[in-house]
Amino acid sequence: MQILQYLINGISIGAVYAIIALGYTMVYGIAKMLNFAHGDVIMVGAYISFCVTNYLGLPSIVSVAAAVAVCTLLGIVIEGLAYKPLRGTSSLAVLITAIGVSYFLQNAAQLIWSSSPKNFTSIVTMEPISLMDGQLVITGEVLVTVAASIVVMLGLTLFTGKTRTGKAMRAVSEDRDAAQLMGINVNQTISTTFAIGSALAAVAGVLLCSTVPTLMPTTGSMPGIRAFTAAVFGGIGSIPGAMLGGILLGIIETLSKAYLSTQFSDAIVFSVLIIILLVKPAGLLGKQVQEKV
Amino acid sequence: MKTMLGNMKTRTNLVTYLVVIAAFVLMQVFNSLGMLSSSQRGYLVPVCVYISLAVSLNLLVGVCGELSLGHAGFMGIGAFTGVVVAAVLKDAVAGDAVRLVLAMIAGGFTAGVMGFLIGIPVLRLRGDYLAIVTLAFGEIMKNIIGNTYAGIDGEGFHMAISTSKMKLGEGGKYIISGPLGATGVEKIATFTMGFVLVMFTLFVVLNLINSKEGRAIKAVRDNRIAAESVGINVTAFRMKAFVVSAFLAGMAGALFGLNYSSMTASKFNFNTSINILVFVVLGGMGNILGSVISAAVLYILPEAMRGLEDFRMIIYAVVLILVMLFTWSPKFKDAVSVAGDKIKGIFRKKKEVGSNE
Repeated sequence: MQILQYLINGISIGAVYAIIALGYTMVYGIAKMLNFAHGDVIMVGAYISFCVTNYLGLPSIVSVAAAVAVCTLLGIVIEGLAYKPLRGTSSLAVLITAIGVSYFLQNAAQLIWSSSPKNFTSIVTMEPISLMDGQLVITGEVLVTVAASIVVMLGLTLFTGKTRTGKAMRAVSEDRDAAQLMGINVNQTISTTFAIGSALAAVAGVLLCSTVPTLMPTTGSMPGIRAFTAAVFGGIGSIPGAMLGGILLGIIETLSKAYLSTQFSDAIVFSVLIIILLVKPAGLLGKQVQEKV
Repeated sequence: MKTMLGNMKTRTNLVTYLVVIAAFVLMQVFNSLGMLSSSQRGYLVPVCVYISLAVSLNLLVGVCGELSLGHAGFMGIGAFTGVVVAAVLKDAVAGDAVRLVLAMIAGGFTAGVMGFLIGIPVLRLRGDYLAIVTLAFGEIMKNIIGNTYAGIDGEGFHMAISTSKMKLGEGGKYIISGPLGATGVEKIATFTMGFVLVMFTLFVVLNLINSKEGRAIKAVRDNRIAAESVGINVTAFRMKAFVVSAFLAGMAGALFGLNYSSMTASKFNFNTSINILVFVVLGGMGNILGSVISAAVLYILPEAMRGLEDFRMIIYAVVLILVMLFTWSPKFKDAVSVAGDKIKGIFRKKKEVGSNE
């Protein structure tokens, strides 16, 4: 029974990683940039939700909506001010700018909310479900997180598959120049991607802090790196890949903490990642692109 | 043509060495005149360390074109090896300077060996995947160092990865104690050694860049397939650069470790790797003198702004973003050059007016 409980916990944290990884993968697939500030947008989302619930006393649904709205706006502003002017230049330049944005968000959060940790109250009020005489406990957070990640994944798959904007995104991701020639507004498509990615980050932030309730200015950075790993793990750019990578990473992390070693869980997770990349260099579900000479 | 090019390269290299020597002499003069406060003196060694790290990372990122996000991991390995070696050799080797050099060589050697082992799988990957795997290796190394215990007692040197396996005899002393890191380190690092390290790093990297190997490495960076097709063994050259870079980072790490009385593995995390990368990119990719200057300036900048308290890192972040925008964005560049032309125009007009009179 113990292993089932660990699996459930793993899936729960994995679902959070999956939502963050979906945001990463969207941005990477379309803008071809590693957005290292993504983790910090998560943190901002969690803080907004925290403030709306605790200071304004509004219901949690409103706080989530507020977090999504603020983060979407934040994503658009960051993209417009910091990333857009660098479009088409060295990807390393954009990477460094993203790091600058990440520092900025972390330190701004520290100024506004101070560096002392806040105790985040879970947005889920559901009673935990006990199965098999209490041997197996599924908390409301687990159900909500897993449901949210599935909804997000299906939503994104439908969005990129069926809608006009979504199709434009896939076109830009495949060949930016050709997409432009076909009359797609590349700049606007990339901005939309950032908006969606940041909205997802807000959702992920709220869910992350509902599962692990300590909120600090650096809350987002480690899950951010983990989720990035998850995205690469599943094949960066692939939506089902990000989902699979996130869940697997969560499970590996929890199981290795439980059965192998608590101290070395980081080393184990990253070793698995390296092994996967050596066997399948494009990730689990990634496309292997042939190089042209 | 060949000699002219050769001369030009030698000249830039010479300028790089001269700048470093001049800075060292200047700092020594300031120091002996008592113009440096104790906190300012404290920056001297770390600045040298970060310059070496930036130059060695530039060999990878700028010259080879490989994005590595795990440089701090090599630094950490070097630091902890250096600390252990210095502690073990305490009675065997008399002079502090000799001990420091031995510790640095040991740190560089371990980091270089690690670099080689990591390089075997890593260098099969490219681009962003290489970046993520080096990031992963950096985290693994940090994780392992942070759970290592080492100590000496009457019987000799002991090392383990958990407290229960660590059995020190009577009078035994811990050198590294897991998550608490290295404590009670003898601070034997000196600014002079930092200067020697920078000069050594420059010597190795500049010579490598301008050698036959260096040209091969640059060919691989610019067009891997073309380089392969003319018979360059791509993997071997990438490996060489990777190991040299790790070795130098390990040496710098050892010096860094022996500059503080205590240190934990968390110091060598992803953020430190990123900071070194920022030095390299802002200094100019492949530009060694640029790395030297930007590492020195960017290390001192946040320290110098300590008076601004909470705002200093925000200002640092904004400066970082603005510098990136102004150096890379075509739009901003245009704006700057238009403004520059206008200013030049004003001077030219003045001159013309002056000559008419």
